[in-house]
Amino acid sequence: MTTIAPGRPAHVIDPAEVPGSLVPTGAKPIVRASSIEKFFGDNHVLRGCSMTVYPRETITILGRSGSGKSTFLRCLNYLEAPSAGAVDIDGVEVDAAPMRRRARAERERIRRLRLSATMVFQEFNLFPHLSVIGNLIEAPVHVKGMSKAAASELGERYLAKVGLSDKRDEYPNRLSGGQRQRVAIARALTMEPKVLLFDEPTSALDPSLVGEVLKVMEELAHEGRTMIVVTHEMQFAREAADRVYYIDQGQFVEIGPPEQVIEHPRDERTRSFLSRFLGSAHVHQGAGGAPVVHMPERMVESHHHEDPGEEHPHAEDAHVTHADGHHGHAHDAEGDHPHP
Amino acid sequence: MAGVTTADHATKSQLGARIQDAERRRRLRWRLAFVAVWMVILAGLVAFVLGTIKLDTVFLTKSVPFILAGVPITIFVSFASITLAIVLAMLGALGRLSRNPIANGIASFYVSFFRGTPLLLQILFLYLALPQAGIVIDALPTGILALGFNYGAYMTEIFRAGIQAVPPGQTEAAHSLGMGGRTTFRRIVLPQAFRIVTPAIGNDFIAMLKDSSLVSTIGVQEILYRAQVIGRPTFQSMQTLIVAAMVYWIMTILFSILQSRLERRMAVGDRARPS
Repeated sequence: MTTIAPGRPAHVIDPAEVPGSLVPTGAKPIVRASSIEKFFGDNHVLRGCSMTVYPRETITILGRSGSGKSTFLRCLNYLEAPSAGAVDIDGVEVDAAPMRRRARAERERIRRLRLSATMVFQEFNLFPHLSVIGNLIEAPVHVKGMSKAAASELGERYLAKVGLSDKRDEYPNRLSGGQRQRVAIARALTMEPKVLLFDEPTSALDPSLVGEVLKVMEELAHEGRTMIVVTHEMQFAREAADRVYYIDQGQFVEIGPPEQVIEHPRDERTRSFLSRFLGSAHVHQGAGGAPVVHMPERMVESHHHEDPGEEHPHAEDAHVTHADGHHGHAHDAEGDHPHP
Repeated sequence: MAGVTTADHATKSQLGARIQDAERRRRLRWRLAFVAVWMVILAGLVAFVLGTIKLDTVFLTKSVPFILAGVPITIFVSFASITLAIVLAMLGALGRLSRNPIANGIASFYVSFFRGTPLLLQILFLYLALPQAGIVIDALPTGILALGFNYGAYMTEIFRAGIQAVPPGQTEAAHSLGMGGRTTFRRIVLPQAFRIVTPAIGNDFIAMLKDSSLVSTIGVQEILYRAQVIGRPTFQSMQTLIVAAMVYWIMTILFSILQSRLERRMAVGDRARPS
C-alpha cells in the first residue's frame, strides 16, 4: 500500500500499465505521472491518479464530464499545477509544489517538461494575429532559435501532413473549425514533442468536421507517435488506442486495452458510462466498487471471450486497491511483472 | 387550382426591385434631413455671431494666421504627451498585473493619484509649486509631463483591460509550445492586446488634442493661448475663440478620419489575406 508521503511519491507501475504490442519489451516509460492530486478550492478533483505511458503508445482517457480527465491531462504539462504528486516526462521530473512560488530554475524545468509534451486544445487556441505558417514557426523560431527558413520548411512539412499546404498564408479566422484544429496539430508537431496531449480535440467541432481531425490523429497514432487523448470519440478510442483509462470522480477505475475496457467493462461505473455509447449494458458483475485492471492478453494464459465472467482470472487478483481514496498500487498475485 | 403562374413570378421579381427602390429612397430622405439639421444649427450660430459683432476682416486676417501658428505646437504637445502616456501606461499595466506587491503598489498608487486629482491642478503644480522645491522646468516640457502622466494613468487601466482581454487559451497555447513567460507576453499577448487598445489610444489622442489647451494656462503658445492673447486686449475674444474652436473642431474631424482608416488597415491582418 503506497501512501502519499511528503516529498516525492514513489512511482508504482500498475500491472495493467504494460505497453501495448507496438512497444518493444523492456522499453522505458516516457510519461510517468505519480499519484496526482488536484484541489480546486476544497473540491477534490483528482484523487491519486497515476499513469505510465511507453513510447509509441496511444492512450485514451475516457470519463464523464467533470470526472477530472481534462484536469489530469493539463496536470501532465503543468498548465494546471497538481496539488500533490509528480510528473516525469522523458526524464524531466517536476514535483507538485502548491504551497510556494517556484524558483526560476524550477519554472525553467516546467518549461522543458512542456517542450516534451505539447497540448492540442479543444478550442484550438491558434494565434489570431499570425498567419498559419506564422503560427507554425513561432515556437521553433522563438523557443528553439531555429532560422525562419528552416522553421518554415519544417512547418510546411507538417502542414502537408495535415493536408493544409494551400492554407499556408491564410489567417486562422478564415479557416473552418476542422482546418483550425489540423493547423493546431501541425503547430504542436513542429515542436517535435515526445508526447502529444489532446484535450477533447473534436468537442468544439461541427459534427461534419470531426472526421478530418480524427483521421489526422489516427494517422499519427499509427505511425507510432506517443499520444494521450482525452476524448468522447469511442470509435477513435476503440481503433487507435493501445490502452484506455476510464476515470470516475478523480480516480482511474478501469485500465486496459480498448477491446476489454470498452467492450467488456467490469467496473459498474465504466459499464453505465459506456452503455450510452454501445447501446446495451454489459450485465456482468465486476469487482464491485474496486477499480478493475485488465491484464494484457499476452500475460493471460487462458483467454475466453465467450465467458466474460471468467475472462481474466489474473485481472481479478490484480485489481488496484483504493481503500482510502488515495493512490494504491496493484497486488500482482502471480508476480509475473513484465518489467521488473 | 392552378399553381403559381408565370405572371405571378414576374410580379414577384418586380416586387423585390420595388422594395429595394423604396428602401433606397427612404435612406436618401433620412440623409437629407440629417444634413439639413446640421445646416440649420450652423446657420443659426452664424446669424447669432454676425448679429452680435461687427465682422472686422482686417482683424481677422491678422489674427487667424496668428492662431493657426499654434497648430503645430498643439499637435507636437499632443503627440509628445500621448507617447509619454503610452510608455507610462505600458509600465503601469505591467505593474497592475504584477504579482509583485511593490510593482503593483507603485502602479496602483500612480493610477489612483493622477486620476483622483484635476489635470489643471497637476499642470499648475508642476509649473508653480515645484519651483518652491527648487525644481524649475520650462513651460513646454512641464505641459507634456503633466498631460503624459495624467493620460498615462487613465490609459494604464485601458492597457490592463486590453491585456486581460487576450483569452487565457492564448497564453496556455504559448506555454504548451515551450514559450517562457517573457516570450509569451512579447510575442503572443502584447500584439493582440495592442490591437484591442488601438481604438482607445486613438480616442485618447483626440481627447488630448483638446485637453492640451489646458497648458495655455502656463504660457505654452498653442492654439487657445494665442486666441486669448490676440483677442483680449481689443475685446474681440468672440472672434478669436470661435476661430480657435473651428481649428480644434477641424483637427478633431481630420484625426478621426485618420483613426478609422488606421483601424481598418490594422484589422486586415485579422480577417483577410495580406496583400
